[in-house]
Amino acid sequence: MPTSLESRLRNAMPAGVDFASVRYLRQEDEVVSVRQDVPQPLARGVEAGAMITVVIGGALGYAATCDLSDSGLKDAARRALKWAKLSAGRAVTDFSKIPWPQESGRYVGPEEKPWAALSLDAKFDLMTAESKRLKVDPRVVDWQVSLWHTALDSLYLTSGGGAIEQRFHFLAPDLRVTANEGDQTQTRSLEARAACRQGGLEVIDQVGLHLHGPRVAREAVELLSADNCPTGEMDLILAPDQMVLQVHESIGHPLELDRILGDERNYAGTSFVTMDMLGTYRYGSELLNITFDPTRPGQLASYGWDDEGRRAEKTFIIRRGVLERPLGGTVSQARAGKCGVANARASGWNRPPIDRMANINLEPGESTLESMIAQTARGVYMQTNCSWSIDDSRNKFQFGCEWGRLIENGKLTKLVKNCNYRGISATFWRSLAGVGSAAEVGVMGTPNCGKGEPNQMARVAHACPPARFAGVQVFGGA
Amino acid sequence: MQRRFFEYVDELSRTLRGKEVLLASYDGEESDFVRFNRSAIRQPGSVMQQYVTLELIDGRRHAKAATTVTGQADDDRAALKAMLVELRAQLPHVPDDPYLLYATEVHNTEQIARSTLPDSGAALDKVLAAGQGRDMVGLYAAGGIYGGFANSLGQKNWYASHSFCLEWCFYHQADKAVKARYAGLAWDDGAFARKVADATSQLEVLQRPAKTIAPGGYRVFLTPAAMVEIASMLAWSGFGLKDHRTKNTSLLKMIEGHSTLAPAITVRENVREGLGANFTGEGFVKAPVVMMIENGRYKDCLVSPRSSAEYGVPVNAGWEYPSSFEMGAGDLDEADVLARLDTGVYVNTLWYLNYSDRPAGRITGMTRFATFWVEGGRVTAPLNVMRFDETYYRILGTNLLALTRQRDFIPATDTYQARSTSSHRLPGALIDDFQFTL
Repeated sequence: MPTSLESRLRNAMPAGVDFASVRYLRQEDEVVSVRQDVPQPLARGVEAGAMITVVIGGALGYAATCDLSDSGLKDAARRALKWAKLSAGRAVTDFSKIPWPQESGRYVGPEEKPWAALSLDAKFDLMTAESKRLKVDPRVVDWQVSLWHTALDSLYLTSGGGAIEQRFHFLAPDLRVTANEGDQTQTRSLEARAACRQGGLEVIDQVGLHLHGPRVAREAVELLSADNCPTGEMDLILAPDQMVLQVHESIGHPLELDRILGDERNYAGTSFVTMDMLGTYRYGSELLNITFDPTRPGQLASYGWDDEGRRAEKTFIIRRGVLERPLGGTVSQARAGKCGVANARASGWNRPPIDRMANINLEPGESTLESMIAQTARGVYMQTNCSWSIDDSRNKFQFGCEWGRLIENGKLTKLVKNCNYRGISATFWRSLAGVGSAAEVGVMGTPNCGKGEPNQMARVAHACPPARFAGVQVFGGA
Repeated sequence: MQRRFFEYVDELSRTLRGKEVLLASYDGEESDFVRFNRSAIRQPGSVMQQYVTLELIDGRRHAKAATTVTGQADDDRAALKAMLVELRAQLPHVPDDPYLLYATEVHNTEQIARSTLPDSGAALDKVLAAGQGRDMVGLYAAGGIYGGFANSLGQKNWYASHSFCLEWCFYHQADKAVKARYAGLAWDDGAFARKVADATSQLEVLQRPAKTIAPGGYRVFLTPAAMVEIASMLAWSGFGLKDHRTKNTSLLKMIEGHSTLAPAITVRENVREGLGANFTGEGFVKAPVVMMIENGRYKDCLVSPRSSAEYGVPVNAGWEYPSSFEMGAGDLDEADVLARLDTGVYVNTLWYLNYSDRPAGRITGMTRFATFWVEGGRVTAPLNVMRFDETYYRILGTNLLALTRQRDFIPATDTYQARSTSSHRLPGALIDDFQFTL
């Protein structure tokens, strides 16, 4: 980060206030995509901006600007101060009493093979070669392969002298194939766009982009003639690329402290979890161990510090099925009077930090996929999320998967399509009957988790092994 | 910024070489966002953002990039000039694009509205006063939204609007709340007071003991606000030409299986009466109206410039997703809704819809704010949230009893990346045997 920029940003913070911070971001995105063997237009973007936050008289105000000139930053500081003064005496908490972190440090995420190490021509060639492997059958009607790379630099300065510099590289490979026959259409994908991680071109090999294309395409075609998923109560085994969604929606979101405090009730919703449940509530069976871990190298939402300057640490959220603490950052912790984690995060320079789940991981167990299948008399093994819906308290859910296979008498049998299941978060996790091993953990994430007012799309991630649930309502398509 | 953006594009156009063509877009906003919780201020602030996108075309090759601009003329000129040089350097490394299409006829347009917005500080006072003694949570968003297009062929388009939107809930307790919205171009104390009074009267009903119903089929009334969620699902892959040609459309049974909706269902993209810009990023002027479903039968798709080139159908839209979604009215008067519903569920808001079986048009979702149990044409109790699982062909087809004569114009409140200029104009719908599952 140029010293002159840091100096100008620091000078922009107004004096004579209880606390001030400035958060600068510069982000470069590039998407290389090939659809039906035709290279798509290259999509590139560069953006830079800063958010100034001011706390004075117990109130907080912010202003974000992409005018990074001295006058632009000064104007942003003036607007942030105006908002803080307008809020004085009318804020949800006394922001002046919050112990704002004032840390300094540097975090650099992994990048073994830089994005720029491969020329643009070579990237298009690579995507075209992958695309050409996907038309495996005349019934394949659409297919696409893409790479989305993001380079992000941030600098967070505080009025108490804190300075945190962080650098990230993200790569999101994607591959999807659609097959059709009459009024039947089926799509298979590489982990439903969840095959994204921090890193450079090495992520392509990590997620096996080269390995899975023809299989994904064949499976899309095979699903056309498969039976619908059966209807009834039976055991359910979820692959890692569905477990990430299950953990995300029914553990990650309900434990975000800002939801419990009510901030999200007008938009993303509240939570069935209440303050009195923290520390005692039996969330799941003894097999359920959930950690908040932004320190895991390469996972999509890893970082050194959150966007309010709190240092990230691995923390147990649920241990042996019992809820230990919520997912709340510095401000939420102060408001709730509860312990939390470093998860106040903003989606960009133009949005303020809110509580975000970051990396929420299901710790591996002692089963294996093979042993869990062997223990199942009648059930379904489902892979790859394709539908997600949950109530505003994060309780009643219905999720769908691209692909399923029946389990009969301890063995995988026939292929089934349009796989769905329903449940209630508050009881679903208590039916957790098996958790796969460390060797079976899938490390996945999503760059577009929506929440907040104004709305924010954030990167979140989950590392999960496969898991088995007893007595779940499953059903198929129309 | 309008004048300056056009100047930048003119200046860059004068530096083009050979047969190069330059397309440029501008997107900007100056927004105030005030977030409330428990009738107090959670996060107040403002955002100034400006983006310019340049696309350099040479024959069948093109390269595009977007960047933030500062508003400082010298800095922006230099940045855009450098970006054009980068795009030119990229062109030899991108393949020919068989589906490149941009407007070559010049159509200049200007949609400029002057600001009549209230001072955000004054609005803040009024919102907090309305929340006094109540548990209010929500967002006030206001300010200018700007869009522009210009190209080296001489075309110039500009769009400017200034609007506010207060979307809020009054909470009774837990998940029992009333949702309300007050949006417009100029603040009217009387109109706001009426919205607050309406919400307050529904809040009183929420204080009654809540009812839980068993899964099964019920007669329901979906308000226009609830219908927004149904319309948004229809819009998700329902109307785009690419989705139709690749069989990804959720209306596949209307195309392949010759299924129909009720004759009362007519759906149009009505840009002429919407809130957004009427031009695309490739310089095309959007069709004022596209009839997508007429009297229950599928008619036309939304066609982007890229799909136009790929499938040989004329352009009528920028994106293949409706931005000004309109459903035709029916003959049920709002005043008669409760009587016609008789016994059933009055749904003010649906939430978090998704597909159970997309090609079959089968969807699931939840009831949310201010959903009531109605008996004998009278609201008797708030209803605990229920999950539904239904198909378009039942709820907008065989089981559709009536649409309301009155329609609501509902501006989108989305603020992902930028404040949305999309909108819906929808009736309410009375539906028989609506299936609740959980």
